[in-house]
Amino acid sequence: MENPFGKVKTLEKVLEVFYNGMTLMFGGFGGVGSPPTLIDGILEKGIRDITLIGNDTGFPHIGIGKLVSQGRAIKVIASHIGSNPIAGKLMHEGRLEVEFSPQGILAERIRAGGVGLPAILSDIGMENELVSRNKPHFLLNGKDYLIETALTAEVSIVYAKKADPYGNLIYDKSARNTNPLVAMAGDITIAEVEEIVPLGSLDPNEIITPGVFVDHIIPSKGVNWKWAWE
Amino acid sequence: MGLGVDFRNTIAKRAAEEIHNGMVVNLGIGIPSLVPNHLPKNMMVMFHAENGITGMGPSPEKGMEDENLCNAGGFPVTLNPGGSYCDSTVAFGMIRRGRVDITILGSLQVSAQGDLANWIVPGKKVPGMGGAMELAQKARKVIVLMNHCDKAGNPKIVTSCTLPLTSAACVDMIITELAVFKVTPDGLLLTELFAPYDLQIVANRTECDFMVSDTIRKIAN
Repeated sequence: MENPFGKVKTLEKVLEVFYNGMTLMFGGFGGVGSPPTLIDGILEKGIRDITLIGNDTGFPHIGIGKLVSQGRAIKVIASHIGSNPIAGKLMHEGRLEVEFSPQGILAERIRAGGVGLPAILSDIGMENELVSRNKPHFLLNGKDYLIETALTAEVSIVYAKKADPYGNLIYDKSARNTNPLVAMAGDITIAEVEEIVPLGSLDPNEIITPGVFVDHIIPSKGVNWKWAWE
Repeated sequence: MGLGVDFRNTIAKRAAEEIHNGMVVNLGIGIPSLVPNHLPKNMMVMFHAENGITGMGPSPEKGMEDENLCNAGGFPVTLNPGGSYCDSTVAFGMIRRGRVDITILGSLQVSAQGDLANWIVPGKKVPGMGGAMELAQKARKVIVLMNHCDKAGNPKIVTSCTLPLTSAACVDMIITELAVFKVTPDGLLLTELFAPYDLQIVANRTECDFMVSDTIRKIAN
């Protein structure tokens, strides 16, 4: 495979960007669309004290849930942890800090970070202490809003169906979910993909994430967990 | 107070009457997931899922599951003709922009003012709000399907919610195994009764006062 931009890497090579205490953003929704090979690599490298940012904490043995249930995270910013009871247990024991953000607003905060905006205005969950706590308000046209700050991360990991060597990405069905947003919000973005195809073979009209946002590409070894429905 | 499948289907069938051709509808887990079974076969409804599906179809046959095509609960689904995929911001854009006609969800408590409490049991379960706040606050119509009382027999329709709110004054309609209520600016209005229940039973099992419609529709089970 040609590699004119030097973006196509081995797992061993990209694992060099992960370190203890890092902020890590991940794509996926209930594990669907989370990158299994990268997650296993991070686990095996022993990375810990991670601040995780993503939609949810997966299931204990699925997606980012693997890192959470092995105690590798110190903080999670997510909309939901209900499908991972270990996350709830760690939170109640004070071993995991959890910041809840309404799902669509979380996605917009990630998008804002990814497109270089500092914050967004939101009227979601304003009367809810868990959402509004410590957030400044802004009055616009006579209406009160919360200022929801943008989110970025030192490293973003995403899962896609296909990439070309420039890192142009297309996703698969509902495995797209937060991936295109997360891909934009990393200082460094790593795409794990089912298939790497030659430059020029993706239909430019169908590319969802332009390769501009992607720094490294690795081939996926595929999902190695059993889904809750199996 | 556990409900049999029949009661759940009675509630789901009534909720299905609220759905019309061409609507965009988001369904929660539990009883709401039974609603599509009660729609006319030829009706075109776009089922919306927060994880980026519009036009969601029924579960695939065993062996035909696609791990990259799941609903917001993580279970395999299919896509109907005219359906599409989008990212999470677009999925919630549809909700906040008022393009989702109805959301049908379960709840722990609903107040006489239509306050919804369906996401936290303090000291027990704090799963996170997921997309519930946006759906409750921004879907054009919010329908709650739930057991009339909780497992301990406590009323779930209350004067004022004791559990943390998902969203205030957002519910338009409540359907339980006993009755159907509309939420009005003046409080709850009972409009329908399911056989074999009567007004006295409903009043006994409801914490708050409610108004009664001049014409009560009685629905056979």
